[in-house]
Parts: sequence; structure tokens; C-alpha cells
Amino acid sequence: MAGHFETGPREGPGVSNPLPGGKITLGFTVFYLSVIVLLPIAALVIRACHLSWSELWTLATNERALAAYELSLGASLIAALINAVFGSLLAWVLVRYKFPGRRWLDALIDIPFALPTAVAGLTLANLFSEHGWLGQFLVPMGVHGAFTRLGVVIALTFVGLPFAVRTLQPVLEHLDRGVEEAAASLGASRTRTFVSVTAPTLFPTILTGFGLSFARALGEYGSIKFISGNLPRTEIAPVLMVARLDQYDYTGAIAVALVLMVFSFALLFALNGLQGWASKFQQP
Amino acid sequence: MNLSYTPRSHAKASVPYTRKSTPMQWLLIALAVGFAILFLLLPLLNVFAQAFASGWAPYWKAITDKDTGSAIRLTFIVAAISVPLNVIFGLAASWAIAKFNFPGKALLLTFIDLPFSVSPVVAGLLFVLLFGANGLLGDWLTAHHIKIIFALPGIVLATIFVTFPYVARELIPIMQAQGAEQEEAALTLGANGWQTFWRVTVPSVKWGLLYGIILCNARAMGEFGAVEVVSGHIAGQTDTLPLRVDKLYNEFDPVAPFAVATLLAFLALATLCVKLFLEWKSRDEA
Repeated sequence: MAGHFETGPREGPGVSNPLPGGKITLGFTVFYLSVIVLLPIAALVIRACHLSWSELWTLATNERALAAYELSLGASLIAALINAVFGSLLAWVLVRYKFPGRRWLDALIDIPFALPTAVAGLTLANLFSEHGWLGQFLVPMGVHGAFTRLGVVIALTFVGLPFAVRTLQPVLEHLDRGVEEAAASLGASRTRTFVSVTAPTLFPTILTGFGLSFARALGEYGSIKFISGNLPRTEIAPVLMVARLDQYDYTGAIAVALVLMVFSFALLFALNGLQGWASKFQQP
Repeated sequence: MNLSYTPRSHAKASVPYTRKSTPMQWLLIALAVGFAILFLLLPLLNVFAQAFASGWAPYWKAITDKDTGSAIRLTFIVAAISVPLNVIFGLAASWAIAKFNFPGKALLLTFIDLPFSVSPVVAGLLFVLLFGANGLLGDWLTAHHIKIIFALPGIVLATIFVTFPYVARELIPIMQAQGAEQEEAALTLGANGWQTFWRVTVPSVKWGLLYGIILCNARAMGEFGAVEVVSGHIAGQTDTLPLRVDKLYNEFDPVAPFAVATLLAFLALATLCVKLFLEWKSRDEA
């Protein structure tokens, strides 16, 4: 499953390995990683260290910044919850049921992954606007999906959906059906079997999918730029960072970037732990 | 954390549940299909509907515009540089990690995943802080008349950063699962290192490699946030296709942003088709 490499020493001939190229490929890997990833991250840390901590703290926690984090976290949380529900539904239907068009449904799941986020934001904003295909029905009902906080949730849900489905799908495919059959043969109803046997086994995986789509939503920028309409009410943290950078407020941008990095490292840590836990449930 | 996913092995995919269908089952299918059509298919179709809303002429005018042309060119150039570099990195990293043991391997794997968990706009900012006029290397670069930020090198670097893990992420688990026995056999039979790599290792991971390449390419061509931060929006010079969509959108043109967006939507459709083909191929061979 995603996130798991075997890192322990392998048994057998691999340990004392006669293959060539180990040193040079490892050297290149470390060099490329350092230049592309580690050096730029170091630049952020070095720059931050030269700034005054009180100024950074003020810029990271002023009213506008706090409102942006609040919306970022809140909207990402709602989007990830929607994805946990509908992602699980989609994965379940795709794995367990046979119906015409199943392959097409499976292919649709990848659209948010393949479609550039700018295009996603552009088309979603249009779809939910007053004259859009969905907006023409929703706007008269008072549901405004473009240039609102609801729009932010819609876009974040869209970009995160494949993570929820594709995390659960392979686990469901390889789920030991015998346990469910045992429960059924012992007289449990379908609902009872699902609630007390299937759902608890899948819960850690669903939580992992939730976490992945939450993490994806927290960093999202492209689609939001289009659907949020650049309003103060709809400003999420990445949008605030770019707004500050556009005004040459480097200190302000660094402050927001540091907060975003802390969020993502905390999530990375939590998700690694979660995936370890989830993989325990996948062993028969 | 992995913000991509590996191709699912269909080899062991279970046969869909064939117990007698119930109304509950059909309700769930209807809900899932309805949600997918409204929320996934409709946005894609809408791109084309809006692009052709006023007919063929405005569409054609928008995509043959001079600035759009240079955006297409830049998008291809950026992908043509960043994707091969990440492929070389992916092959080297997976060879080192899957075939050898060394201390710090777990840490290295975590670092390789890092770009997936950094917001694209933060990624862009990292390069501005390093290479920008006010950046750590800014004075030195200015003195030597080297322009990285607001120019092609910055866009390429930001793109490499955000697409960094895609190929390595696909290859490492596949190579780990295969072990090193086949390569060792080839060496015993007298092949040299390169021959072993090109004739034994690469063919055995080719579908995974192709899969990583198309995902990497789709992200490279479609990246918005990281590129926007480093590009400086110079029309005809540093605008990639996604940035061009943004610029046209801000000009309140009802058709042009969608027209340019169809080019990216075609890229998405092509990516999905290749992905389906690869899944079908690898299932076939399994």
C-alpha cells in the first residue's frame, strides 16, 4: 500500500550484493535530492533564521492569517469528510458490485488527478455560477457554489476524491471474504455483518484516505485561485502566501509558508503512523 | 505520505460480488454513479461546452493566438526538460534503494516523498528565496547575469520539485518486489552492468516506468501554483498553459480561458487513456 517500502535488510543474495552501480546511483540520488529539495528547504530555514522571531510570529498570527488558517483547516476537513463518505461509497460499489459501465466509473475517478487544478477551478466556478449547468438550479435555491466558502469546499473535495477512493479500493479487493461469509453463516444479517465485521477492518484505511485527501486539500492553490474569486472571506493560507509575495512582503510570505510546512510535516508524521497501523489490518 | 497511487494490480482483483442484487445494492450504485457524473464527468464536459459556446471561430482564435502559442511551446519545453531528469533520478534512486542496503535508507525514502507534502506555492517560494533578486544567491547571480527566477530555469526547477517523487515512487516498490536474482543471473552469464540494467531491469519494470512517466508529465504540464510563484507572468515569455488560462480568465473573456483549457483537458484525457492501456497491458501480462 501507499507509503510502505520495505526498508529492512532483505534475506538472501541481496545482502552481499554483487551488482554494480550501487555507489554511483546512490551518490546521484543524494546529490539530486539535495539540489532540488533539501537546498531550497534550507534556504527557507536560513532566511527565516535571519528574521526577527517576534515579527515572524506577528505576521504568522495576525487576524488575516488566522482567518486564512481557519478556512484552510475547516474547508479541508469538510472536503476530506465528504471524500471519506463518497470515496468509500465509490470504492465499495466498484469492488463489490457488477453493473454495466463499471469500468467507465472506475476511469472517471482519475479525472481530478489528471486534470490540471487550474482547469478544475475554472470549470467548477463556471458550473456553479448563476448561468452554469448546476448553478442555474442551485443559485435560485440560495446555494452559491462560486466565489464563496462553499466553492472552496467544492474545489477541495474535487481534488482530493481520488486519494480516498484509490486508498480503499485495493484493500477492499484483497479483503478476506471468508470472515464475512463466516459471520453470515453464523446468522448475522448483511447490515450486522457490515457494521461489526467489514467496517471495523476497513476503518484505518478509510482514515488514511481521509488523511491523504486532507493533506492534498491543505496545500491546494490552483483550483482555489479560480473558484474563490479573490475575496477576503474565501482566502485560504496558500492564497494569502501568494498575495503577500505579490506585494513583496517576503517576511509575511515566509511566516505563512513556515506555518504551512509545520502543518504538512505534522500530517506526514501522522499519516506514516496511520499507514503502519492500517497495514496491520490488511494481513489475514 | 504518498500523494500519488500505484497502479493497482488486477491480477488478484476479486470477481465483483455476485450475490443476488438487492434494492439496497442498486440504490448504492445509483448514488455512486450519480455523484461521479455530476461531480467528475460534468466539470470535464463543461470545459468543452464553454469553449465552443460561441462556435468554432472564437475557439480557433483563442488557441491560435500568439501568446497561447508561446505558452504551448513553453509548457512542452518545461516538460521535456523536467520529466527526463526525474526519470533518470527515478531509475538511479530505485536501483540504489531496491538492490542495495545502506544505512539511512528509511530517511532517504522520507525525503523523496517530501515534495508531495509541501504546498506547491511554498515550493515556488523556496526557489524565490534561493535564487530571487533578494534571495540567498541573488547578488551572486545578478553579478554574473544569470536569471533563474521569472525565467525558464526557475519554472523548470519548480516543476522538477513538484514532480520529483512520481517516477521513483512507481519504480521502487516494483524493483523491491522483484529482488536482484535476475540481475545476478545476467552478471553470472557474463553481461556487464549496463547490459544487465537495460536488458534485464528496465524491461521488467517498463509498465511501471511508463506509468510514472505519464503521471509525472501530466503534473509537469498542468502545474499551476509552484510555476505561478516563480514565473512573473510575462506574456509570451514565462506563461505556461495553466498560467495563460489564468490570465485570460482575469480578462473576463467568456470563451478564451476555456478554449486554452481544452488543450489541458486533452492532455488529461490522453493521460487517462494511456493509464487504462497500461493497466490493461500489465493485467494481460500478469
